[in-house]
Amino acid sequence: MAIQRRRFVAAVGTGALAGLAGCSGLTGKTDDGNPTVAGETLTLTTTTSTYDTGLLGELNVPFQDMYGVTVDSVAKGTGAALETARNGDSDVVMVHARSLEDEFMREGYGVNRRDLMFNDFVIVGPESDPAGIQGTSSAADAFATIADSQAAFVSRGDNSGTHTKELIVWDQAGVEPGGDWYQETGQGMGEVLNIANQQSAYTLSDRGTFLSQRSEIDLTILVQGPIEGGPELLANPYGVIAVNPAVHENVNYDLAMAYIGYLTSPQAQDLIENYEANGEQLFFPRALSEEPNFQQYVPEGWSGTNSDR
Amino acid sequence: MLVGTLTPVATPFLVDIPFDTVYVRSIIVVSLYVSVIAVLLSAAVSLPIALIVGFSRFPGKRFLTSVINTGMGFPSVVVGLLVLFLVSNQGPLGEFELVFTKRAMIMSQFVLATPPITAISLAAIAGVDQNVRDAAHALGGTRVDVALVTIKEARYGIATAVLAGFGRAISEVGSVLIVGGNIAGADGVSKTRTLTTAISLEARQGRYETAMVLGGILFILVLLVNAVVVRLGDQGVQR
Repeated sequence: MAIQRRRFVAAVGTGALAGLAGCSGLTGKTDDGNPTVAGETLTLTTTTSTYDTGLLGELNVPFQDMYGVTVDSVAKGTGAALETARNGDSDVVMVHARSLEDEFMREGYGVNRRDLMFNDFVIVGPESDPAGIQGTSSAADAFATIADSQAAFVSRGDNSGTHTKELIVWDQAGVEPGGDWYQETGQGMGEVLNIANQQSAYTLSDRGTFLSQRSEIDLTILVQGPIEGGPELLANPYGVIAVNPAVHENVNYDLAMAYIGYLTSPQAQDLIENYEANGEQLFFPRALSEEPNFQQYVPEGWSGTNSDR
Repeated sequence: MLVGTLTPVATPFLVDIPFDTVYVRSIIVVSLYVSVIAVLLSAAVSLPIALIVGFSRFPGKRFLTSVINTGMGFPSVVVGLLVLFLVSNQGPLGEFELVFTKRAMIMSQFVLATPPITAISLAAIAGVDQNVRDAAHALGGTRVDVALVTIKEARYGIATAVLAGFGRAISEVGSVLIVGGNIAGADGVSKTRTLTTAISLEARQGRYETAMVLGGILFILVLLVNAVVVRLGDQGVQR
């Protein structure tokens, strides 16, 4: 029963987070000791996958109840979500393209990135599998085979996290995709799955959106991601980043950090762990570790040797 | 809003609509609120312009008329982008924090609805028989009296103009998606989600039945508003 679990979590979480907030001083306090974020609105830009799978609603309800705030979620591709944050039009971003996130951090627009959760990408296509990629153990090889056979492939083409990953795989396959068989739609994952379904085409999808939509479409997973033993290249980590209040002084930094604190708390991580669509787990929590490692806050490719120490 | 947590609700639509009525109701309210306010503002600006342009003679009148007519075909996504540029926190109106609000949506709908309302009411006013105006003048009418007589004569055309503006505003998806953000709260209450953006969201998630029901509601709404306005225009008299 989702509702009961939600109430339980809200009850437990309120205590835990009120304590946490008090210790860390994340939220301002009035004289009577109540957090002052109540009544405020947090604008979150996020990727369509967290929204369309329904996970976001599940996560946001307890947070809103706990703090008496409103979360306005704007679902876009990762690229667009980060661009909105660059303009200072959102307070916090939840996205999934590490290279774009690192760029965002390096440019100084974001602060305090945290790993949030992960799932993986899968290569899906019609059951007839005209290119014959089923059983391929390498994502790049599968893409190369699709390109060789000129089988229809539908691309997001929207600078989203999934699109970014797709381009990385094409790059590794040594293929510059183009031609009649390669279609860029510029649309969200759900729409792309529908289009691929209508055209019996291949596409790269995040597992979550595919599973939540599987009952509506005839496509099947032909190459698995790392969750089911597939290639590591198809890993899909999600991060959450607060917009830097030093760059955009209008952003609600306190509330953004309260939200990040909540998302990475045991309560929210449990919600992520237990969230299912069509009987399958969609996301795997990743914020908490017995050996928290500093690396998770550092941009990709950082060696640590060029610091002043 | 969430696929898994909602129970179907029996409705007078003869089908079980696969979502919460609170959700649908709030979307309808937001759609109507944004479009009606935008159209009222548009009409308040458009009608005086149409009257002034329609009544006066000046060089470049034809050119101005064709500019107004061209505005009817202005792409809504471009309007959305321009308004986003204005209201973004980096934009000139950034300090008012309008981005992703109903007010920003009203702004873009206003820009979209104004050209058709102006153009069509201008045509209606220009179409009023010159004899009517002359007669009003001859009877000693002031300019205001003449204007009122002309508006009364042209009321069907003006009603058509306002309806055209309303039709453009409520059925528009591109700009409200860009400046409004298609936001609904976790409790399923729409903040900036309209019927059109909800339809695109539902279609994106492959829930075509839900999208169709919302499309039907949009159609019925437009039909109802048309019926009401036509009735007001008739003032109860069959024409």
